[in-house]
Amino acid sequence: MIRFDAISWRFLRVWRRNLITYRRIWKVSFITPLLEPLFFITAFGLGFSGMIGAVAYGGVQLTYTEYIAPALIASAVMNNAFFETTYASFVRMYYQKTFDGILATPISTEEVIIAEIVWAASKATAAATIMLLVLGSFGFVTLPQGLLILPLAFLGGLAFGAAGMFFTGIIPTIDMFNLPIFLFITPMFLFSGTFFPVSNLPAWAQPFALAFPLHHLVELFRTYCVGANETPTWISLLYLPLFLLLFGLLALAMMKRRLIR
Amino acid sequence: MDPIIEIHNLIKTFNGVSAVDGISFSVAKGAFFGLLGPNGAGKTTTIRMLYGFTPPSSGELRVFRREITSDWRWIKAKIGVCHQENTLDPDLTVRQNLLVYAGYFAVPKAVARRRAEELLDFFALSHRGDAKVMELSGGMARRVILARALINDPDLLILDEPTTGLDPQSRHQLWERLETLKASGLTVLLTTHYMEEAERLCDRLVIIDHGKILVEGSPQALKQRHAGDRIVEVAGPGAALLDFLAASQIPYDDLGERLLIYLTAEQEIEERIRSEFCMDRCTFRSGTLEDVFLRLTGRELRE
Repeated sequence: MIRFDAISWRFLRVWRRNLITYRRIWKVSFITPLLEPLFFITAFGLGFSGMIGAVAYGGVQLTYTEYIAPALIASAVMNNAFFETTYASFVRMYYQKTFDGILATPISTEEVIIAEIVWAASKATAAATIMLLVLGSFGFVTLPQGLLILPLAFLGGLAFGAAGMFFTGIIPTIDMFNLPIFLFITPMFLFSGTFFPVSNLPAWAQPFALAFPLHHLVELFRTYCVGANETPTWISLLYLPLFLLLFGLLALAMMKRRLIR
Repeated sequence: MDPIIEIHNLIKTFNGVSAVDGISFSVAKGAFFGLLGPNGAGKTTTIRMLYGFTPPSSGELRVFRREITSDWRWIKAKIGVCHQENTLDPDLTVRQNLLVYAGYFAVPKAVARRRAEELLDFFALSHRGDAKVMELSGGMARRVILARALINDPDLLILDEPTTGLDPQSRHQLWERLETLKASGLTVLLTTHYMEEAERLCDRLVIIDHGKILVEGSPQALKQRHAGDRIVEVAGPGAALLDFLAASQIPYDDLGERLLIYLTAEQEIEERIRSEFCMDRCTFRSGTLEDVFLRLTGRELRE
């Protein structure tokens, strides 16, 4: 079903279309990544740190704000990418008929789908960049290795964008995105070692956390922000591309089935 | 003749149901070709196969003498499609819609800019170039879609019900533009529900129903063959008239309250009906493509 010979760099033309739209509202789009980390750091830094003290993680002692700062960026990458290829792509596909227009040109269905996923990753990376600047200015990011977060954010954005695109390929109506968000995104946001180390979970629950892509993105971000981790870096670096490959293929297959009538 | 479209025994089935059931036709370079049929006849499916959106189930389909399945990118680069629905990008302005679309065709930026201005001018849209698409009236939006379909300077223009839902002013304005394009030698494939539109624009057309071609020919020839030159509509026909028609072997359709009599150019019979059977409620008129269409596809509702 998927035609690999129909994939070329022309997908960048569709990516550019999304960029042009984004530039019209970029000031609004930048507010969330700018303020979100400030809210979290203030709330947890002021409200929580007195109760928690230090977090023992990967053999080092971290303040609670140091611990969650990298996870905040990783969660933002997940949300930005996943929401872009679910709600935003669905609106373009179903309500605006943007894809129908594009598919009457020399662009293939595969290229449209890839463009949407790459765009989601780009938007997620833009958000990660702003958050990195904000959190970096508070000293939560070790430089220069902290900059490695940006290419990793792009990789994570591709992975979550592909997962979102897969759901867009199978979901009957836009309201039903609540389901993957409740069953997939929310548990991941809570149990991926974001707000507490996975090692604090009971032994039976830990493998589930390790299967979450967000866990691996958080681990990689923390590795380069504070220099410690609980999961070997190579496992995370292997897991995310494999997740992307699997959901990328699933997204292409399901979206093609949905679009081509 | 240089064929732009060659279709032979084309079939498309969806879950075992044939939407297009073995149609064959060809369109010569420079022709204005009509694809007519009731709702659900297979028009849009045929068009979608033509521009490589829907893969055919079987049959031959060549555009510009190339196979759509293998040379789809090359073919699509030379086609302009004007969709039935509004597929304009509501996130972009009118001008951006044209420029971004040119990008999908990899038209060089400078060329795209020049062409966009020419097209905005041609479709009387220059003053709305920076308008948001959502602000446009139905007629304007339709013109933008048409302008966008021409941004790649296509050799084949596909129009899927281009004037559906437009007011008479917008429709006539669009027809004038389409006639200008036709005069410039552009090959056009048109689907429409408006017989007046097909009659005015098309050199040749096919009427399809249930996925099959019923007839093919020029509007003039089809009218002659299937509607007759003259038509008499009789309201509340009497038995004497029916007997006369049967005895004279004149073709007619009995719609219950109304009778449609199909006559040749011969004056004699028309005069006889006028003097003997039409005391008051008769209408004498020329045959139209609409008569052809209704005779061939039937009068029952489709949806």
